[in-house]
Amino acid sequence: MSLQVSSPSESALSTAAEKRAIYLANLLDVSKRSPTTSPWLKELRDHATVRVQEQTFPTTRDEEWRFTDLSALLQTPLVAVEQPVVSLSLEAIAPFILPEAKASQLVFVNGKYAPHLSCVTDLPEAIVIGNLSTLAGTDGERLRPYLAQQPGAEEVFTALNTTGLSDAALVLVPKGVAIDTPIHLLFIATASNTASNTALIQPRVLVVAETNSAATLIEDYGAIGSGTYFNNSVTEIWIAENAQVNHTRVQRDGHHAFHIGKTAVSQARTSRYTCNAMSMGAQLSRHHLEIYQTGEQTETTLNGLTLLHGDQIGDTHSAIALTHPHGTTRQLHKCIIDDRAHAIFNGKVFVPKAAQLTDAGQLNRNLLLSSKARVDTKPQLEIVADNVKCTHGATVGQLEADEVFYLQSRGIDVSDARQLLVYAFAFEVIDQIAIASLRRTLAELVQCRSMGLRKAKI
Amino acid sequence: MIIDHSNVILSVKNLTANVDETPILKGMNLEVKAGEIHAIMGPNGSGKSTFSKVLAGHPAYQVTGGEVIFQGQDLLALEPEERARSGIFLAFQYPLEIPGVSNLDFLRVAYNSKRKHQGLEEVDAFDFDELIREKLGIVKMDASFLSRSVNEGFSGGEKKRNEILQMALLEPKLAILDETDSGLDIDALRIVAGGVNQLSNPENAIVVITHYQRLLEYIVPDYIHVTANGRIIRTGGKELALELEERGYDWVLEAAATGVAS
Ligand SMILES: Nc1ncnc2c1ncn2[C@@H]1O[C@H](COP(=O)(O)OP(=O)(O)OP(=O)(O)O)[C@@H](O)[C@H]1O
Ligand SMILES: [Mg+2]
Repeated sequence: MSLQVSSPSESALSTAAEKRAIYLANLLDVSKRSPTTSPWLKELRDHATVRVQEQTFPTTRDEEWRFTDLSALLQTPLVAVEQPVVSLSLEAIAPFILPEAKASQLVFVNGKYAPHLSCVTDLPEAIVIGNLSTLAGTDGERLRPYLAQQPGAEEVFTALNTTGLSDAALVLVPKGVAIDTPIHLLFIATASNTASNTALIQPRVLVVAETNSAATLIEDYGAIGSGTYFNNSVTEIWIAENAQVNHTRVQRDGHHAFHIGKTAVSQARTSRYTCNAMSMGAQLSRHHLEIYQTGEQTETTLNGLTLLHGDQIGDTHSAIALTHPHGTTRQLHKCIIDDRAHAIFNGKVFVPKAAQLTDAGQLNRNLLLSSKARVDTKPQLEIVADNVKCTHGATVGQLEADEVFYLQSRGIDVSDARQLLVYAFAFEVIDQIAIASLRRTLAELVQCRSMGLRKAKI
Repeated sequence: MIIDHSNVILSVKNLTANVDETPILKGMNLEVKAGEIHAIMGPNGSGKSTFSKVLAGHPAYQVTGGEVIFQGQDLLALEPEERARSGIFLAFQYPLEIPGVSNLDFLRVAYNSKRKHQGLEEVDAFDFDELIREKLGIVKMDASFLSRSVNEGFSGGEKKRNEILQMALLEPKLAILDETDSGLDIDALRIVAGGVNQLSNPENAIVVITHYQRLLEYIVPDYIHVTANGRIIRTGGKELALELEERGYDWVLEAAATGVAS
């Protein structure tokens, strides 16, 4: 006779695991409801479906998710985005419009393309820009080979996005074309706080910068209404030889939102990529930023600013995979954390033997504004090559009492003094943004951000 | 200048203060009247900077006794920013660097804080620009210093001049200059002293903390006080500085210890 006794904790674990499996299956089901008629897209989606089915929903027992607890998401049942999509007026999205890009913008509402809000008349003819499901003929075909082809496309949330792929912002900058006009890809979520259903929204961006081209891109997530939704976004950027992409990513989702986002960038020989990533919205957000080097002498600059308060959780996981010599990478990630908020930074840099003469620098600086604020930071440099210059560092600190006092001693209110110093901390990153109006908006956001501080008079 | 019957600006009586649990100020007494210039001298560690920071309201120091009346009000009851707005200005011995805060923004916010306190309208960036350019002349500073972060990468002398620029802008009732002369070459010293003298008038008062009689040739004090061990142990006229420079502090300390005035 054999008796099988399972301990209570084991059975609790298995029910939790079942719950996660059911949740993921439901996510997949909801995702796949997004319509498509295109056979090749269907094939891509089916492939991704298998990938999702092979995986499990992450928990804090997974090393990659150790500090980022998704249980709040697990407790939020999700439904597909309503069809047809809510129609918004241009006035309604006015606060998000950038004057520099008002005729070079694509707008998506709840992940669905909004043609009446989009306008690209300021962009040169040669550029291919539009929505995946409406971009017909050869233009669409030129982009097809790039879609869902980045390394890392198999990761569970990235693959999930692909399983529902129908609308997506596509940009192709042809060989030798340099565009000065910034391209604004605006993703607006509409979620009223009275809605009982939480939508799964899956924004998608594909950018291809051909040889010797240059472009400036703003990927922007915002919300109208303060309800709950889950943005599961994926952005893929291909930068060909000697091309240049300046990318600003703004995550200003609603307070109750969830956002898990991926930015995957492949950089060919002598290409240059800059990412300025601002994360300030959502109750729980995670940004995967992955750089894949495919040729030598690439330049990569990653600037990040995470601004958290209340009970927000904000996670940045970056990975720079170098595989060729003479690459240069510069990363600066700053977090400003108030109240009971929790920031996570994990920055991997891989420098294998093939990546000799790499020059890599990484710095993570964290400013804690309250005694309950928390940060988990983990720079992870894996260096095998022996002839390289790699530096990294992480700092965690509070506002310097002496700095506050110095400002007070000149008559500045303690709250204004704190605000000035917080802004000064953020400025180093905000100042990198190439678009003046966005820089101003973000500067104001930093200044107004409650943080228990009054609005600074500067 | 000593003016008969002029108003008392600052009156410090028996002031004692600790840092952590350690007493640093052990009974400071000082009275400053409008129009006067006072110098405080004394050996390293005797409490000069502590005294100035306690007056400015630095949170690291706990006042344990005594009183400070500034223009009729209880100074110790005020927050540091309220003290500044009511007319106290401390030029720091070691001015801080504040990366990321532009000097111009800093100066404008400070100036407008004071205006607001006086019930005046805040000045806009344009008018402020004009005003600050005029003040730059007083300390012979280049306008390029305005766009840099506060004191960041400034040389020692530039930091001190930036302090005097702030003083010129805020027009305090009582300016306390803590070793503003230390580390200055003779040209910079002349500029700084010239700036201070331009700002001195019968309505305000200046306290200079210094180790060197050199400064006192340019900013001529009415009184010189010598500190030791958290107290003022001797007060004299400007000739005391020369004597201190010649003989050092020991004789004053000894005289104070034995209770003999020599
Ligand atoms: N924040 C502090 N923490 C600990 N000790 C302090 C602090 N501030 C001052 N002290 C101590 O108090 C004493 C007086 O220091 P203070 O800086 O006031 O001297 P000072 O007269 O200005 O000297 P100096 O001529 O060197 O500038 C010293 O022993 C100093 O170490
Ligand atoms: Mg001192």
